[in-house]
Amino acid sequence: MSLEQFKNRNGIPGYIYFEGEEKPKNGWEAFKRVVRISVKGELFVGLWIVLREMLKKGNSHTVQYPAEKLTIGPRYRAIHRLLRLLESEEERCIGCGLCEKICISNCIRMDTHYDENGRKQITEYTINFGRCIFCGYCAEVCPELAIVHGIEYENAGEQRSHYALKEDMLTPLDTFRANKQEEFQGFGALSDNADSFIKKTPLSY
Amino acid sequence: MGEMAIVIETVIKAITVLAVVAGMAAFATYIERKVLAFMQRRLGPMHVGPHGILQLAADGIKLFTKEDIVPQNSIKPIFKIAPVIAPASAFTAMAAVPFFPEFTLFGYTVHPIIADINVGILFVMGVASVGMYAPLLAGMSSVNKWALLGAARTVIQLLSFEVVTGLSILAPLMMIGSLSLIDINDYQMGGVGSWLAWKQPLAFVLFMIAGFAETNRTPFDLIEVESEVVSGYATDYSGMRWGLFFVGEYANMITVSFLVSIIFLGGYNPIWFIPGGLAILLKISFFIFLFLWVRAAWPHVRPDQLMWLCWKVLMPLALLNILLTGIVLI
Repeated sequence: MSLEQFKNRNGIPGYIYFEGEEKPKNGWEAFKRVVRISVKGELFVGLWIVLREMLKKGNSHTVQYPAEKLTIGPRYRAIHRLLRLLESEEERCIGCGLCEKICISNCIRMDTHYDENGRKQITEYTINFGRCIFCGYCAEVCPELAIVHGIEYENAGEQRSHYALKEDMLTPLDTFRANKQEEFQGFGALSDNADSFIKKTPLSY
Repeated sequence: MGEMAIVIETVIKAITVLAVVAGMAAFATYIERKVLAFMQRRLGPMHVGPHGILQLAADGIKLFTKEDIVPQNSIKPIFKIAPVIAPASAFTAMAAVPFFPEFTLFGYTVHPIIADINVGILFVMGVASVGMYAPLLAGMSSVNKWALLGAARTVIQLLSFEVVTGLSILAPLMMIGSLSLIDINDYQMGGVGSWLAWKQPLAFVLFMIAGFAETNRTPFDLIEVESEVVSGYATDYSGMRWGLFFVGEYANMITVSFLVSIIFLGGYNPIWFIPGGLAILLKISFFIFLFLWVRAAWPHVRPDQLMWLCWKVLMPLALLNILLTGIVLI
């Protein structure tokens, strides 16, 4: 088997080559062409098609936006959410700072400190949504699935830049206790068959 | 006393025609938006009132209250008077159109025609053609390249379709032997079979095509087509001056619908059980719908194609039609 059949792009079977319509050579042929086009009824076919579409019931493709909304796909990247741990109600963020580092528009800012137990605590966590380009890198890089993208896309504001504090993005405790925090299926989330990819770390070589 | 009564009657008729036709023209804009929307799988105006029916009022308020901008370097008197010509000529043309059959109101026989002149068809077509001065003067007085192109296109359009209109109407007039629209209507009294559209199908088609050109509707909307000349002659206009052009356009559509119905489709003669007044309303409704329908379906032509079509195809056909009609009549 040679590469010849891939290199030859001129004689590929199954293709129909269309050189374009032949130009009319004289006045009589041009006249015949006009008559052919006119009498063929293409114009009336067009009329019939629009009439048919008009008479169909429920044929409108309009979404009357403020009243009706389309469902957003789970992988849509809108305003971020910070999720909580299922067991302890604590926030999942471990303060590693990866999202701050990877953010290409420098809109994430976090302050951390060590508490009395020697655990890292997040003092402050803000995202400047005026700068955020919703690339999704933060959600992708997060090792704990703590920051994810939600689907709230109506976030126009009167101010040039809106900051969101940690409290705004973090799942509220009452929502969490009511078991309403949904595990995120969207951008950066683990796939359904993620467990099957887990292998034992080979310790003995 | 008798003269005074005629004057009062004429004034009342004129005001009625003005009010009703202006209302119909405004309503036609709403119908047009809805019909086009349904044909393009949209909804059209939906928010103002139930199914957007009050959009008319909203548009009217908007047009009346909008700032009236007159461009700095335009020729101001002409720029200001040009939009008035369009509806003025369109409504003047309606003076010789018989809208309905005669009816009796409080024991008084009303002739629903403002001026029953014996050259009615000539008057209507002549005055309707004067309406072409509106886009011409508007385009030339506003200092704008697009407007100027629109004005130039107005002239070639006038020169193209006016020949076809006149020649195509000549053959049916030869058969009738009168220029009065009432005589033309009475000629077709014998029911559907006596409609002139069956005797003069070619003239009917030619006159329809010329009617589309005369009202600047879609296959021939080249004087204001957005994709080529922004808005043509109306590029510089805003507010009610802009609105007047469109009142004129829709009034012209109604006039052409009446003309076609009266000359070729039996006018206001009753069909079977349908009374005459309703019959002509149905006919003009169909033609208004046809204007919108064609706009949704068909592409528009270039100016050179319009001239080619009118001068090299339609005019010879119209002449042939006159010749054949003459031979048959002799």
